[in-house]
Amino acid sequence: MRIALFITCLNDTLFPATGRAVVTLLERLGCRVEFPQGQTCCGQMHFNTGYQRDCVPLVRRFTEVFAGYDAVVTPSGSCAGMVREQYGRVAELSGDARLSTAVQEAPPVYELSEFLVDVLGVTDVGAYFPHRVTYHPTCHSLRMLGVGDRPLALLRAVRGIDLVELGAAQQCCGFGGTFALKNADTSVAMCTDKVRHVLDTGADVLCAGDNSCLMHIGGTLSRLRTGVRVMHLAEILASTETGPDHAAAAASAGVTGPAARRAVERTKTP
Amino acid sequence: MSDTTFLGMPAFPVAARDALRDSQLRGNLARATGTIRTRRAAAVGEQDDWEELREAGRALKERTLRHLDRYLLQLEEKVTAAGGQVHWARDAEEARRIVVQLVQDTGEREVVKVKSMVTQEIGLNEALAEAGIDAYETDLAELIVQLGHDQPSHILVPAIHRNRAEIREIFLRSMGEYGTPAPAGLDDDPRRLAEAARRHLREKFLRAKVAVSGVNFLVAETGTAVVVESEGNGRMCLTLPETLISVTGIEKVVPTWQDLEVYLQLLPRSSTGERMNPYTSTWTGTTAEDGPRTFHLVLVDGGRTDTLADPVGRQVLNCIRCSACLNVCPVYERVGGHTYGSVYPGPIGAVLSPQLRGTDSEADRSLPFASSLCGACYEVCPVKIDIPRVLLHLRARVVEQERERRLPKPERLAMTAARWVLTRPSWLSAAQRAGGLGSRLVARRGRLGRLPGPLSRWTDTRDAPVPAAESFSAWWRRTHPETRRPARRRQS
Repeated sequence: MRIALFITCLNDTLFPATGRAVVTLLERLGCRVEFPQGQTCCGQMHFNTGYQRDCVPLVRRFTEVFAGYDAVVTPSGSCAGMVREQYGRVAELSGDARLSTAVQEAPPVYELSEFLVDVLGVTDVGAYFPHRVTYHPTCHSLRMLGVGDRPLALLRAVRGIDLVELGAAQQCCGFGGTFALKNADTSVAMCTDKVRHVLDTGADVLCAGDNSCLMHIGGTLSRLRTGVRVMHLAEILASTETGPDHAAAAASAGVTGPAARRAVERTKTP
Repeated sequence: MSDTTFLGMPAFPVAARDALRDSQLRGNLARATGTIRTRRAAAVGEQDDWEELREAGRALKERTLRHLDRYLLQLEEKVTAAGGQVHWARDAEEARRIVVQLVQDTGEREVVKVKSMVTQEIGLNEALAEAGIDAYETDLAELIVQLGHDQPSHILVPAIHRNRAEIREIFLRSMGEYGTPAPAGLDDDPRRLAEAARRHLREKFLRAKVAVSGVNFLVAETGTAVVVESEGNGRMCLTLPETLISVTGIEKVVPTWQDLEVYLQLLPRSSTGERMNPYTSTWTGTTAEDGPRTFHLVLVDGGRTDTLADPVGRQVLNCIRCSACLNVCPVYERVGGHTYGSVYPGPIGAVLSPQLRGTDSEADRSLPFASSLCGACYEVCPVKIDIPRVLLHLRARVVEQERERRLPKPERLAMTAARWVLTRPSWLSAAQRAGGLGSRLVARRGRLGRLPGPLSRWTDTRDAPVPAAESFSAWWRRTHPETRRPARRRQS
């Protein structure tokens, strides 16, 4: 099986540690992961902001870059949702029949937890993460993809983890892509409530399957100097007794949120 | 839709800013929507075939709308045969003219009304007032809204933004101006408040000769109108006066009673979380010696035919006004109904208003963007309106409309620039390197606390992540030299 990693533009640029964690995790589970060159962005920002025509070349690029693989795995629920739900519509909109065919023939795109549970058939990935964690189910993974409790099943199997339930977990954090800028006040009001629920859990780490939502909630947690850090599901699942414990490294670096990742990276870059 | 009701509403983000500051409103909304959400979830959860019902509700509406012309003519024929009169109104203005004329023909100077969103949509009360006719709302929540010189903020509970202390104040202040005053020493006990409203309304019901109502469903096969309500005030309006004028949109028709059965299951569970609706009134034309002697049915188009012509947008006409989407919407819960600048608030309003009214005003253009696309609305919709999909469809319409402007907005320039970069991997790598370098120069202690221009809307309240020193792609190329190959030069 030829497995391609679709890193997404956001992770590539801002959260490369998540991508490295996906590679670590999948290789530990015996997969050979390829990273097709020339991949950029799924086009979600353009599509969701109404710039649907601008999205066409990005859809075309995606189908070209990933053609021929058996499966595409991505550490983002919303980007997976974009490809699965909207690519057919974009292709139709473009009026290009070849693009429609290419979209239909594109390999299946799995969000990470779906790939682990449904394709690889594992829930215990051999991870060790001795911290108090709460999990936020992001809207697109929950409602567009229907990942259900796959991420929670994966987290429950992590050794040492103290997994605590998040109140009003299924309510949106208020990110919503350009919504966070266009309707900044409402977005912040939503995030404030999300943060309140996160703090109520007493967790050290907020985990989710989308770094976009985590950037939003984590940015607020960081601005408020709450000390709660955010981590992508992949990073927790990649942690082992001997392997990278991102959270521990971040804690020792004394900073939180995205900055923690940078600190971690610095210590690791050979 | 009415130009009068929400004249001069600002765009959504501006209106939201004020609403978000209103702590009373925030508290009321959080409590009320939270309660209804829980109740709905319980009522839906006990129905094993809920998903099949939803699918039936969607399919029946879709089929009916496909043959709407036929069902509407059948309806007209049956209503007429049963002694009613059908009037067709192309738009709000025509509808107002028809209803005002019908009331004037009776010689009466006042009407009682029961909850009708369409009469608010067309601005009927204002038109009646202009003609010297007093209109009294008799739905309890509508009464609160009217006495408070206010606008409705929810489809099902129009006064959701008021709590009982405020309602007490409104009753004491305003009931006397309109009729029976509130009893002195009225407190905010819900039973006492309801009693005050009952006394106030009873006088109106017994005196009124003309009623104006809305309609929930119209059964084409028999020409029967259906009103679904919880208080019994609607029943009073529909039976006591001599003349009944029902005003509704052309999309309310269902072909048969068997079809109605589906919606009478979907609606109460979705809207109030009840298994069965408390007061369901049905009437067919007029009946000798019983109820109104004269029945008029005013069918309003008001942009519905145009909406029907849009293959993606037309599904909003499935709406049965249950308001489940409002109650689960995280945006609605925080900004309330007035922010949407329309009688139809919340997610359904954000897809309905820009279609019925068009997107000429800035306020209507902002509505499709008033959503984080979380999808909670679609999940609960009893007739499966894919609201996120219609929102995206309307966003594209707004963007295309703005494409015609001679000077592109900064957003368009940014989107075009992003497309250029994202379709050229080498440019993306360069941008990543430059961004990483630049932001590390301005970052403090690993945080980006302040960004310029529109990005300040992010950093006003949230820290921004610092782009990585090495992107994932760069790391991969460095650690996997064997897979390295030149990026394709395909361009946009």
